[in-house]
Amino acid sequence: MTQDAAPHTFVAESRELLRDMEDALLTLEQAPGDADAINAVFRAMHTIKGSAGVFGFDVIVEFTHVMEGVIEEVRAGRAGVDGMLVALLLACGDHVSLLIDCLESPDRLAKLEAARSSGTDLLLQLQCYRESACEGDAAPGLESGLPAAEASAAGAGSVASGAWHLSIRFGRAVLQHGMDPLSFIRYLSTLGEVDSVTASFDAMPEASTMDPQACYVGLEIQFSGTVSRQDLEGAFEYVRDDSTIRILPPHAPIAEYMDLIRSLPEDQAKLHQTFVECGALTPGELEQGLKMSDTQLSQACGTDNGTVSAGPHDSKGAAGIPAAQEPGKARNGADSSRYVRVHAGKLDELINLVGELVIASAGVNLCARDGGSDLREATASMSRLVEEVRDGALTLRMVPIGDTFNRFKRVVHDLGRELGKDVELVITGADTELDKSMVEKLSDPLMHLVRNALDHGIESTSARLLRGKPARGKLQLNAYHETGSIVIEVHDDGGGLDRERILARAVERGLAQPGQALSDREIFQLIMEPGFSTADELTSISGRGFGMDVVRRNIEALRGTVTIDSAAGEGTGIALRVPLTLAIIDGFLVGVGSATCVVPLEMVVECLEFSAEDRQGAREGGYINLRGELLPLLRLRDVFDTQGEPGKRENIVVVQYAGRRAGFVVDALLGEFQTVIKPLGKLFERLAGISGSTILGTGEVALILDVQALVERAERSESARTAVTGEHRTWSGSGSAPEKPSSNIERRATC
Amino acid sequence: MAITTRTGEGADTRITIEGPMTVYEAIEHKRELLEALAAGAGLEIDLANVDEMDTAGLQLLVLAQREGRNAGKPVRLVRASEAVAEVLNRYRLAPCFIDPAAPRA
Repeated sequence: MTQDAAPHTFVAESRELLRDMEDALLTLEQAPGDADAINAVFRAMHTIKGSAGVFGFDVIVEFTHVMEGVIEEVRAGRAGVDGMLVALLLACGDHVSLLIDCLESPDRLAKLEAARSSGTDLLLQLQCYRESACEGDAAPGLESGLPAAEASAAGAGSVASGAWHLSIRFGRAVLQHGMDPLSFIRYLSTLGEVDSVTASFDAMPEASTMDPQACYVGLEIQFSGTVSRQDLEGAFEYVRDDSTIRILPPHAPIAEYMDLIRSLPEDQAKLHQTFVECGALTPGELEQGLKMSDTQLSQACGTDNGTVSAGPHDSKGAAGIPAAQEPGKARNGADSSRYVRVHAGKLDELINLVGELVIASAGVNLCARDGGSDLREATASMSRLVEEVRDGALTLRMVPIGDTFNRFKRVVHDLGRELGKDVELVITGADTELDKSMVEKLSDPLMHLVRNALDHGIESTSARLLRGKPARGKLQLNAYHETGSIVIEVHDDGGGLDRERILARAVERGLAQPGQALSDREIFQLIMEPGFSTADELTSISGRGFGMDVVRRNIEALRGTVTIDSAAGEGTGIALRVPLTLAIIDGFLVGVGSATCVVPLEMVVECLEFSAEDRQGAREGGYINLRGELLPLLRLRDVFDTQGEPGKRENIVVVQYAGRRAGFVVDALLGEFQTVIKPLGKLFERLAGISGSTILGTGEVALILDVQALVERAERSESARTAVTGEHRTWSGSGSAPEKPSSNIERRATC
Repeated sequence: MAITTRTGEGADTRITIEGPMTVYEAIEHKRELLEALAAGAGLEIDLANVDEMDTAGLQLLVLAQREGRNAGKPVRLVRASEAVAEVLNRYRLAPCFIDPAAPRA
């Protein structure tokens, strides 16, 4: 049954648990007494172990079992947490992650076996921890301390049997859910000795109504082993909801057994025979039990603790597994029930459909314009609903960047240790959301930036102290939204970039002219040129000078930008600005000649008429005076080389990107439009100024403008003009000369 | 996959099942087993070539045996593969099937 069906859920959930465990371990390093963190680590291992056992992945079970034992020592207070243990457990977590990865290939069992050996070293280290924790323990060899407590409570009224008794009546749907009672029996035998199994099929109806895919199995099992109740309960975690499970500890009171027998559906006489034959009850004990009155039974079972004295794990007594989960047991936190796992492909399909819906409704709207007002009203409300569905569907794909940021905790931790630097990672804006598809593409560039910051940015502890800085360095990851983009900042409080040195190196390499006036930002941008490095030595981490170039290319491939700021001695901040590439955006239609273009609405600031006088002024310059502000203009007719003369009326759409503004001169303003982004084919991908296409209600194709590229172009042509003509602007009314727009290295080449 | 063979008029039917005997084949196997049981005076079940068995498969054996008992027809497991044997052993049900005179189930 389980051979072919890949345990996707198990893999996904195990990975989440491993991440939780890693977080908890990192917390423990700072706060060794944190009980929640210790429990989180235990829970993760325990759950993975239990589930792995159900599937029969013995390699995983064996490894996690040993880990669990060590963590148990910590939980019970017999061992303390120190840096070495945390490092060991982190390494063990990595090994488990490796084992989980094995599950994704078709020959998983073979791969697991092969991976077994790479864990032996870790197992040895774990064993050493176990042994040293157990040294001096009054009762050596007791893993959980429980059997001793159980045994000492044996006395009159308790059964002689030192075995656990498990009584299970599986739910009908167990097989359909992919479980099998056989797995449990097999798993139990890895935990200890299965002394006896009595199977009951009484629940199976007669042939005509028997459902061959339903599970009618009941089991009474006698089990011997040094386990805790939790170990046994954990084994049944996946069937707990459907099935009735009751666990009686060794030397449980006879009354408990009688209560159990009474609760079972089978014929009582037959059950009596079963319980004696399987060794749970001696004939004498059975007799005793049958003589007990009702009151005696309810009294004995009423107390929560049963026979067990304060053993650390048996807080629920022998009364069976409670319906409610332990408060600490909720995986994924309190919200676990509110999340649904959805296949990413399904989401993509849904969004495609919504896109088609938007286009179709645009067509309907068009037709409705000629219809009566009733029709227009109906289509208007439909449009509103379609917009909401659109927004809802798109947010499904958004994930908070916090998940990505959190992965860096481990990176900073390990790298800090490797470099011998004490660095604190501060994360802000973790809730900022971005499209799922972008997350993967950003993690590599971010990784590089973080490693750079740790390696080159933050100085060694001694250097920091000499400079009067706190010994602990700070690396900050921040994220926020800004007009249709997401900005991700990596900031370190290290030594900053050496402006002079970078300039000197750039001049050496011919990337800049000596004496050229470049702003600080422009100089810092130079470090992203391929092969550029001011590091005097290569480290294994960075320094080859190829990393920043790759970062920039990756970000530019996402149509984003990289900005670098730095202050000598204080630190460096790198901002990645990437558009939130949504599949459907609010757009603003404009007419350029006979063509229609779309400007992303988020970037539109305002629209105005291009008056005759302004046109006059703009003919000489390439700008207008917008309420005292210089606004570079870009004639889209020129950009697209539209034939013919512009009409009498022209309009300006003022757009904004990353704090910079420009005005697009267009012929007509055509209003808002829900724009479904259709990607351009490979042939047209590199077109500057176009970022996609869409289909209008009429079926026509409209091009989506790449505002960022066009804004830059507008600024460039404006400054090119000033450079060529040497003109200086004077303003009537405003005092200062226009600020030279920011340049970049490319511009030199084109001038 | 199941193959039914008849050993003779008025005699037992022998049903041979090969390949997996799991929840996936259970619906079909149930039908075949019951048909085979109805067809003869008794039923012999040959599982020597069953390479995989799960609880669903086992339940069908239990069902067949019970129906046989109700109809007064003997049901015997004549051959079992290792996979089948393992399942029977886990459930401690081997005595019920190998020796038809054993009580229970």
